Amino acid sequence: MGKIVAVTGNEAVANALRQINPDVCAAYPITPQTDLMQRFSSFASDGLVDTEMILVESEHSALSACIGASAAGGRAVTATAGPGLALMWEVLFVASGMRLPILMPVVNRSLSAPLNIHGDHSDAMGARDSGWIQLWSENAQEAYDNTVQALNIAEDMDIRLPIMVCMDGFIISHSIERVEYLDDDVVKNFVGEYKPLNPLLDIKHPKSIGPLILPDAYMEYKRMQHEAMSKVKDIVLKTADAFAQISGRKYGLFEAYRLDDAEVGIVILNSAAGTTKDVVDSFREKGIKAGLLKPRLFRPFPYEEVGEALKDLKAICVLDRADSFGAFAPLYVEIAASLYTYKTKPILINKVYGLGGRDYMPEHAEIVLNELVEIVKTGKVKNYKDYIGVRE
Amino acid sequence: MKLKGWKEMTPGATILEPGSSANFKTGSWRAAKPRWIKENCIQCLFCWLYCPDMAVKVKDSKREDFDYDYCKGCGICALECPGKKGNKAIIMEEEGK
Repeated sequence: MGKIVAVTGNEAVANALRQINPDVCAAYPITPQTDLMQRFSSFASDGLVDTEMILVESEHSALSACIGASAAGGRAVTATAGPGLALMWEVLFVASGMRLPILMPVVNRSLSAPLNIHGDHSDAMGARDSGWIQLWSENAQEAYDNTVQALNIAEDMDIRLPIMVCMDGFIISHSIERVEYLDDDVVKNFVGEYKPLNPLLDIKHPKSIGPLILPDAYMEYKRMQHEAMSKVKDIVLKTADAFAQISGRKYGLFEAYRLDDAEVGIVILNSAAGTTKDVVDSFREKGIKAGLLKPRLFRPFPYEEVGEALKDLKAICVLDRADSFGAFAPLYVEIAASLYTYKTKPILINKVYGLGGRDYMPEHAEIVLNELVEIVKTGKVKNYKDYIGVRE
Repeated sequence: MKLKGWKEMTPGATILEPGSSANFKTGSWRAAKPRWIKENCIQCLFCWLYCPDMAVKVKDSKREDFDYDYCKGCGICALECPGKKGNKAIIMEEEGK
């Protein structure tokens, strides 16, 4: 039997990493991830894991060390946040291009300037095209569960791609919640032995890694990456089924909340989805058919399934905790693409909220849902992209 | 040579065949070509030592002719060659003449 505990998101993910017991962990501290890796390095110092802990001088080095360890044939993990992820940017593409299944929890934080350490999604959204798989987590339980499932997806022999597990900085990483831990043995068996693919330390079969590839072959390797990504969806679902067997907790590509007969809906990632579900309930009590979709797998993005889940709604607002200045925000763009192929489709608006840790309150969800109801009634849209919770 | 399609390639561009760089004939880059003048050669092997590739062939500690498959025509061997009594054993010539 597992254990029920009261822990922060960082503590839950650090515990999942302890249970996974990776071969190598290279990390550099950055708020709000610091506490996660501090806890994990304590596990290493206390002999609770067999992990070789490498303390490096930057995030660029942290991921580079993981790449070396992974190419050598080990299971490698790191974790970062905000500007740390930004500093890794170059190396993110090396990890995915070399097809190394590195696991990296990302404690979502805003990007400077102005300097800000709080939760928003600008970091991971900036890395969305880096070839990493991205799982997003509403709360500490989901962050723990996603971390346990991550390697079974990343290390699948048809995939071999690095994976990020995202959770909101401070709101989840530093708040104490009720979390159900699985037993150490159960996690160990679930994750299984690491099987390297073409490891450098297999010295009987010498090989070269990371070569220069010229225009006559580069594009073929990129096409292969897309192919591997296109297989992720099925493996995510297969892994979720196996995970349900050991935990009783069911996961999909996204969570659909009261969406089946919904007329108005909100699409939103991570912790703010919890707040929004409460407001959806209160609207349902008033007789308004409201619903919510919370993506879990953001890369690769499951366009068909999301489109099918949303196509019959009348109006939808996509709430983004990251912006693309002078453009629609990242999540909105994906939802719009999901719905494009349908002849009749919902009216789709975009609101940016919660940047730099700005509180997202139930009132904000109410304003959005009321606006959607109004749009359905009048068929008129004032602004396709707007901001909520910002002072004029 | 038929180039491989993406379905036939190794994930991550890992090269599984050791020493495969020998398949890449870099000599085709050459614009200037070194010529070995055997009678001026004192077998000092400076050319072999200085060659940034492996384009100077040596057998039983004796210099043989250039391996033009890999010589890029950089001219370092001709520059370093002490020759015999002031007469160079390696001179550079324009390629294709």
